[in-house]
Amino acid sequence: MHSNRYTIFFTMLTTMILAFVLSSVYSSLEEQTERNVQADIKKNILSSLGFTPSEDMPWTTDNVEKIFKTSITSFVIDETGSVIPDMLPEDIDPKVDTDAYPLYKKMIDGKVDGFAIPISGKGLWGTMYGYFAIEPDGATAKGITFYKHVETPGLGAEVDKPWFQQNYKGKKFIDDDGVLVGIQTVKGKVDQSSPEAYHQVDGISGATITSRGLNEFLLKDLKIYDSYLKQIRKNFNS
Amino acid sequence: MALLSKSSKAAVSDPLMSNNPISLQVLGICSALAVTTKLDIAFVMTLAVIAVLCVSNTVISLLRNMIPSKVRIIVQLSVIASMVILTDLVLQAYMYDISKQLTVFVSLIITNCIIMGRAEAYAMQNGPWKSFLDGLGNALGYGIILIAVAFFRELLGSGTIYGVKVIPDALYAAGYENMGLMVLSPGAFIILGLIVWAQRIVGKVEGE
Repeated sequence: MHSNRYTIFFTMLTTMILAFVLSSVYSSLEEQTERNVQADIKKNILSSLGFTPSEDMPWTTDNVEKIFKTSITSFVIDETGSVIPDMLPEDIDPKVDTDAYPLYKKMIDGKVDGFAIPISGKGLWGTMYGYFAIEPDGATAKGITFYKHVETPGLGAEVDKPWFQQNYKGKKFIDDDGVLVGIQTVKGKVDQSSPEAYHQVDGISGATITSRGLNEFLLKDLKIYDSYLKQIRKNFNS
Repeated sequence: MALLSKSSKAAVSDPLMSNNPISLQVLGICSALAVTTKLDIAFVMTLAVIAVLCVSNTVISLLRNMIPSKVRIIVQLSVIASMVILTDLVLQAYMYDISKQLTVFVSLIITNCIIMGRAEAYAMQNGPWKSFLDGLGNALGYGIILIAVAFFRELLGSGTIYGVKVIPDALYAAGYENMGLMVLSPGAFIILGLIVWAQRIVGKVEGE
């Protein structure tokens, strides 16, 4: 039988050694992990903008950074839609910069090919995070992706599936008078003959609350960018 | 001289078949259900469990004469938990996509009964080399079942094996459909149940 003093000494020593090992491994791997997290977010931005990984260019962390560097221009705007100079999305500190919103522009051969904005809001079980991409006309959806959510597999988690995300492509979130209307999921299939079909997508059956949440926060986030997008639409049409 | 003595060999080979931790002792079921929808995930999970179980068994065996018996479970747990966190950190740094799919199940290796069970039942009584082999054997026994379940679930549920499509399009055109049930947890229960049943018929379990 060991004495109490020995027991206390032994447990303290074990704890210290284990804590030392863990913290040294953590700090040596921290940089690589952070890179992976950032690359994962970039992957989402890229796929919302219509990039896809290919055989000779799989989406490894290095490749994603390369594609991002060559094809994406990122900047920050405020609520009036003007670009904040000398500020990048990674500089935004949510506590200090309450009026700063990141925006990613896809450039192909010097021409704008689309914009991506972050979207987030409540689903059924928790906050969903993703990106919404817009065509260069500033009025048409180009794509939607999610990189983090805790919705029910088979129901709300269908938002991850290609069939659901494909629905958004080509839908308009602006009506004929230039007013922001958002994009709504409907119960079942969209009635193509309806005059509202231009801003409606097929819903996910059994996921009413997830869909309703998505409709609401997509509209809320589009509102933030609306003054910027208004300028884009004006320039695009003239 | 043989590479392994007879009893060492038994420490590795017994848990593979005749004393398999999942299909005979029915331990570690929770993760066997959760991470077997795709083969690659099941494979990485197996590697993670091999790493954790081998190292934790060896470390605990080395410490076995020093660990005060009053606090032995706490010491075992802290060794196991540290190993699990270590594995999780390595996965996040080098296999980020897969670690994202494994989500909490890597951290939950801590609660896998197989690992605690081997530490308490084997590593506390045996030397480090044998404990290492015992850890390896049990982790492999766990892995075999995991991979077998994942093989059937991926094949029937998604029509692929290790991400490669094996069901020809012609079959889909003829009306074949992937079995959605296999992607969900009940599918794993059914496959696992069939494996346990098959093994009990073939293996003639003692006492039955």
